[in-house]
Amino acid sequence: MIRFDQAVVRYPGASRNAVDGVSFVAERGAVTAVAGPNGSGKSTLIRALIGRQRLSAGRILIDEVDAAGIARRELARRVAVVPQREEPVFPLVVRDYVLLGRYPHAGSWGTTTARDLRAADDAIARAGAVELAARRTDELSGGEWQRIRLARALAQGGDGLVLDEPTTFLDVAHEMAAFELVSSLAAGGMAVLLVSHQLNLVARFAQRIVLLDGGRVAASGAPDEVMQAPLLEQVYHWPLVVSRDPAVGSPTLVPLRGRGQ
Amino acid sequence: MRISFWGLALLALALLAMAALAFGAVPLPLADIAGALRGAGDPITVSIVRDIRLPRAALGVLVGAGLGMSGGALQGTLRNALAEPYLLGVSGGAAVGAVIAVASGITQPGIVPLAAFLGATSAVILVLVVARVAGGGRRADTRLLLMAGVVVGAFANATIMVALAGAPANLVRGALWWMMGSLADAGWREARWLALYVIGAGGALLWLARDIDLLALGEEPAAALGVDVDRAAPRIFLIASLLAAATVAAAGLVGFVGLIVPHLVRAAGVRGHRGLLGGSAIVGACLVLAADLGARILRAPAELPLGAITALLGVPFFLSRLRRLA
Repeated sequence: MIRFDQAVVRYPGASRNAVDGVSFVAERGAVTAVAGPNGSGKSTLIRALIGRQRLSAGRILIDEVDAAGIARRELARRVAVVPQREEPVFPLVVRDYVLLGRYPHAGSWGTTTARDLRAADDAIARAGAVELAARRTDELSGGEWQRIRLARALAQGGDGLVLDEPTTFLDVAHEMAAFELVSSLAAGGMAVLLVSHQLNLVARFAQRIVLLDGGRVAASGAPDEVMQAPLLEQVYHWPLVVSRDPAVGSPTLVPLRGRGQ
Repeated sequence: MRISFWGLALLALALLAMAALAFGAVPLPLADIAGALRGAGDPITVSIVRDIRLPRAALGVLVGAGLGMSGGALQGTLRNALAEPYLLGVSGGAAVGAVIAVASGITQPGIVPLAAFLGATSAVILVLVVARVAGGGRRADTRLLLMAGVVVGAFANATIMVALAGAPANLVRGALWWMMGSLADAGWREARWLALYVIGAGGALLWLARDIDLLALGEEPAAALGVDVDRAAPRIFLIASLLAAATVAAAGLVGFVGLIVPHLVRAAGVRGHRGLLGGSAIVGACLVLAADLGARILRAPAELPLGAITALLGVPFFLSRLRRLA
């Protein structure tokens, strides 16, 4: 559903491309994870998707239509993106915050309709945040805040969902809950694209991992294909082993101590 | 909460408007005012009410409404609780324009406001250009807009000081008086002229209020939700600044209103920007009417500078709410 086709981004004045010919597809009904070291181009891809960064070459396609030719609101109705950074300066009531997800559906005067209210309440329920609806955004904990941001994305009502580092700052339980939720959304038919550093969790929840290195796709495929020690060592420049987790059976990365190489 | 805020704000506005007609050099009973508004009664009273106090109150309402809306829009768009039109070059540019006009010895009525308006719009355009150049062609970085505004404002202030350093005392006094703001020269001409701006620019800001809601989340979330950030942010900045520039041309520099009023409205629980802008218009009008009453009454028959009174009224109010401001 969301296809990056030979996408290239070069920041002004940079000596190399931040994203250098990246191609992959995030299909409906699956979680596609984008992983890679800091500075490998993950967030640049997201910025390109929401139009904050122009592609120097290549295309981003939404259902095989070039995103550059899709109106911004239309795009937001089809693909919800939750960027990494967000810090509201002026706090809002949670329900009003989630209602902002209905912006791409609003007419030019932007009146909130009964349908918008239903969609927002439904999204809050799906994100498991009903008890938060009347709270203020500045009173939320990190985990609650992430759930609310997800609820806003769900209120947008599209069937594409893009999350940039959704579990940063979350404890184990909240992190698992977030991954479970994302996984169930994909099982329900959404195309989920997940940017994450949590390779071990990604290996358990994603159907496909795209590993970026220096703006290029270093590997792409099922978790078992990508979670290979030699490949990961080369990408992360750190000695590590990949074993099979005895409890859950998924490939697990264990970084080693000391820079032995 | 919300209903009581709107009710209270409108009630305060009505009471202050009545007070603005009743108090002054000659206190008038309400019955006489009602008659004078219809054109009945003592011709002097009719003239005081219709030709002096009513346009003055109207201008006060318009100045306050314009500054309040402008401040609310800028704070949301620039994501900064300290943003206000005067911080962003509007006041500095307007003052430069006015000082140049005064210094060139032009005395025709209407020239100083026009020069102030031109100065303010030049400063705002300069701010947009500086922000764009500094951003390396990327059109809207709201932090750059804010910094460019502060720098252009500082430059304007320095220019004024240089211009006034060797100027004769009466010229300095005239420029200073203008910079302190006043509704004393209010007439229907100014009020009508400003009403056009407040309705046009204020209406445009209300129209764009949902965009401001999203811009207040940040550029990336706004873009992700379908806002054309590169167009919307500079557009709102320009409209809000022009609105403030128009108020400056009509009444000089009336500080603090654009900063404090949106905070008060937010503290009353109004958080969506359509409500916030509407509420800021009403509360801004109340603040300016109250300040102008103070300016006329406190040391009557002399008048105090309106801008100083808005600050004197605003600061303690602001401080008392500081704990609850978000």
